[in-house]
Formats: sequence, structure tokens, C-alpha cells
Amino acid sequence: MPKLITQVGCPYCGSSCDDIEVIVSDDNKKILEVHNACIIGTNLFMHANDPTRPKLPRMRQADGSMKEIAYPEAIDFMAKTMLAAKKPLIYGFGSTNCEGMAAVARIAEKSGAVLDNCATICHGPSFLAMFDNGYPSCTLGEAKNRADVVVFWGCNPMHAHPRHTSRYSIFPRGYFTSKGQMQRTILSVDPRQTDTAKLADIHLMLDQGHDYELFDAFRTVLKGYDIPDVVAGIKKETIVKAVDIMKKARFCMIFFGMGCTHTDGRNHNIDAAISLTRDLNNYTKCSIMAMRGHYNIAGPGQVWSWIFGFPYCIDLSKGTHAHMNPGETSSVDLAMRDEVDCFVNIGADAGAHFPIQAVQHLKKHPFITVDPNFNMASEIADLHIPVRIAGVDEPGVVYRMDNVPIQFKAVIDGLPGVPSDEELFDMVYERMCELTNTQPVWIAAKEDRKHPANISAVNEA
Amino acid sequence: MTKLNLNMITQRSVEEGAAMEKGKTNPDYFEACSIIEMNPEDMKKAGIWVNSNVRVTSECGTVVVKCIHATQYCPPGLAHIRQGVWANQVVPPRTQSTGTPQYSGFPVTVEPAFTEERKTALQLVQGAVGLWKKGGN
Repeated sequence: MPKLITQVGCPYCGSSCDDIEVIVSDDNKKILEVHNACIIGTNLFMHANDPTRPKLPRMRQADGSMKEIAYPEAIDFMAKTMLAAKKPLIYGFGSTNCEGMAAVARIAEKSGAVLDNCATICHGPSFLAMFDNGYPSCTLGEAKNRADVVVFWGCNPMHAHPRHTSRYSIFPRGYFTSKGQMQRTILSVDPRQTDTAKLADIHLMLDQGHDYELFDAFRTVLKGYDIPDVVAGIKKETIVKAVDIMKKARFCMIFFGMGCTHTDGRNHNIDAAISLTRDLNNYTKCSIMAMRGHYNIAGPGQVWSWIFGFPYCIDLSKGTHAHMNPGETSSVDLAMRDEVDCFVNIGADAGAHFPIQAVQHLKKHPFITVDPNFNMASEIADLHIPVRIAGVDEPGVVYRMDNVPIQFKAVIDGLPGVPSDEELFDMVYERMCELTNTQPVWIAAKEDRKHPANISAVNEA
Repeated sequence: MTKLNLNMITQRSVEEGAAMEKGKTNPDYFEACSIIEMNPEDMKKAGIWVNSNVRVTSECGTVVVKCIHATQYCPPGLAHIRQGVWANQVVPPRTQSTGTPQYSGFPVTVEPAFTEERKTALQLVQGAVGLWKKGGN
């Protein structure tokens, strides 16, 4: 009989919804129905049923075609290629669990690689601003229960985080917000009239790329000074009205997204946003949050900060210490300057989501993709290693956009013989140790880890 | 033919996300992402019909996409290609020393290309690295 599994986490966007219900077949092999998820999450779960999902690694042959090979061969190739490279680049981690991220850190250290994650082309500038200016943030639960004024600045959750507005920001009824949407005032700042802007009480349709001026104007008005009649294409009256709403809020919540970090100004836009949040706290309570794109993209920031001290763009090629300097050690810049001689793409799709020139540079060298599905990066790779899908057939810890850890569960059995990210990276690490005649160092957070099976025996040996 | 100078942004859309999760070689992904959203006034200025193909060219690349009226209102002068393979053919890799490419706010020219065909995702990406063979791999 089909089984109903409740409280399933959705491995798509940064909202990391954990109220999904999935009906799976009797043999635990097929997902039959997905409840509560948005269309993207539903498609994601359903796609796991795809009978054409790769079950074996594929190696590119001399004639350009791909040939299936066994896992040990793929692991050997990956270990040798990364060890042979002077400066491999490991990028991705939009869609893996924290266990995989911790495991890959061992490989990165062993091979002297640069370790980077999707934040580098996403909320990387937000990290830079946080380093400079702090991050007065809260959890999504606080936003839901307290915020009566919500500002969406350069973000469009109706498209990028479809259930964000219904779970946390616009519609839900919280402890101090028992009237839900009726009680909340929504401001949207976006150069387009997005579907989120259509839900807003006031939409400030600014001139694209002028976020910094507008943040500055907000701060100027807040501090009681005069501003020009029009700033960034927005009339003074509108700005004054918006600032007044934010100032009179009981709890003001600012969500910002790619509209700020992808455009001119980058980290300076976020810097101004954080300063505005701090200024507003002179009058009321105000908090700010980055709209992180993937369900566990806050994960590498947490895991690697804990291991290396930095959240992204981590250069381990020196061998003695980690070094981080975005612009120098960031994936796209490294690619454009031809500074890396091996590229490993894990749980992301650099082929589709890097500017094509960066892809062309990376493809000059060995190109390895680790991903459960076929994507652009797998179709140009020299080696494609399939793994299990975190959150679907592999459980794991993920960090939601507000840096709250959630334990995701597996809903179906994984494909036979296909390892999880963590298992694969541990096997690659072991092979690297064999090749370099060194002892593997296993510092495990949990004793019941799958690979190697008996960890204390390995450490004692 | 008139060339239009526009400001380009490339961002997410739910259609793109939903199609991507079916697979990037899925026809839905092609239909969701190989389009440019523009203001009708701009389209009139350049003599572009709805659902006809246009060529978008930036400082670092060029791509043929289908032009539609913006599904989410775009003011004149602004154009939007949904994030993905087609958008990234024209996204400049310059990062202002932050690591993040200029995905939004870069100048492009848009011109009618009624007779040109859109390429598939594989054709574009594999083609860019010299792996594309007719009929795929």
C-alpha cells in the first residue's frame, strides 16, 4: 500500500519548506504524489522517478561521446586528476547536504584546491557587506510572528521562493500578527512590476541599478534631512511616505535579493541596506535577511566557516592556511584569468549558470561534474559521477536562509549502487590518501556515518 | 533594421525553476528560458512582432531569443531574459572584484532576427566548448 510521509523537507529554494507530504509506492521506489509543495518542489520530487536518471559514472571518450564506467574507476580518475592539478577549483553545493560539504572539505585540503560555492555568483556580495557592517538578522519565525512591515528589495519571492510569502512574510497569521496579510504593510522595491510588487501596498519602481542612491535617500530622510525631488526615479513624497511606514512599524523586516547583489554597487548596496536597518533600530525594531536561493546554500557558509574560517572563495592551495579574497579567489574571476587547471562541479550547474566565457575557460582543463541528473555541466564534462539526491533519496542536515538547521529526510530508496555525496567524497579522499601514501584523518561529527563503516577502528589503526 | 539599445537584467522566474527541475534538456526549459521580455513600446520602435525572434548582443556575446510582451511589467528601456543558458550567452563575466558577474544592468542591443532560429541549450553550451555534434551525443 502506498505510504504517506509527512514533514518532508523540500530541497529546492531557500525557504526550505519542511511541511511537505509525499506519498510513495509500497516498495519505496517511486514518488506517487507530492502535497503542499510549490510547482518547482513538486517537479523536483517527481523528477526523481525519471527512469533515465544516470546510475553509473560516464567518462568522455576521444571521439567526444560518453561511455559508462564503474564507480571505482571514476573515483580513481577524480582522485588522480585533482592531485595532478596545481590548483583545482571545486564549485557548487547549491544542492547537497552539510555532510557532503564537510566531506568535500577533506578533498579540497588534500588537493590544495580552491573551494567555492554558489554564493560566489549569488549572495557573495552580501557576505562582503556583512563582514564590513554586521548582519542584524533574525529567523523566519520571528519575521512571521512579529513583522508588520515587510520590505522586498530587489527580490521576487513569488517566483524565486514561491511559498516564502505564504509561510513567512505576507500571508501567515503569527503570534503578534494574528490578522495575517491584513495586518502587514508590504513595500516592494524593484525596477519591474514583478508578481511580488503586485502584492505590495507601495511599489517603488526605481531606475534599474540605482539601489545605492535609494538606500541613501531612505537613510537621509530617516535622519531628518531633505532630499532632491526625485531620487533613482522615485518621487520624494513616495520615499518620505515609505520611510514613514518603516519608521512607524512595530517590527520592520527587510528582505533583499539578487536585484541588489547582481547589479552595479554589489556589496555597497547591501552595506547601505544594513546601515538602513541599523538606523531604523533607533526608532523601532528592524531586521534584515538575505533571500538565499537554494535550500542549503547557507550550509557551506556555516560548515566551511567552522572548518576553515571563511564561508566561500576559500583558497587552500597554499597548503598551510586558508585564504579568502573574492575577486581573486572567486570562481568566475579565477576562470577568466585561467588560474585553475581542473574544475569540479558539484550539485550545481556551472555550464548553465556561469557566463559562457567563464565556462569556455574552465573547459580548457579537466572538467568533472558530480550531480544526480543530467545538466549542462554534465554534458560538457570529461567525467560525470551521479550521486543520490539530498532531500529525496538521501537524508541530511540543511541550513535554511535564516541559518536555521533542519534535518531533511529521505523519502525513497536510492538507486542501487549510487553513493551519496558524502560517501563519494570519502571514497575519493581515501583513494587520494592511498595515492599519496598518507593516513586519512577522519574527524567525524557522528559515529554512525556510513563510510568508512567502522570509524574508530580506522582511527586506531 | 533598427537596433535598440536596452538595459538588460537576467533573473529568476517560476516558469524557469519549474522547467529546470524537469531537466535542462526538457522542451519546457527551452520555452521558459529562450525568451526576452520587453516593453511593447520598445518592440514597436524596433519593428519587432510578438513571438518573433530577435538577436540580443552584449559586450561579450550574442544570442537569438524569442521576444514576448513582459509577463511582469518592464518599463521602456529595460529588458529581461530569464536566468539560464540563453541569458548567460550575453552576461558579462566582469565582477567588480566581488566574484559575482554582472547578471543585471548591462547594455545590450536588440534587433529583429525573424529568419534566425533559436538554438537549444545543449547546442549553445556544447557549441561554446567545441563539443556540439548534430544530433547530440
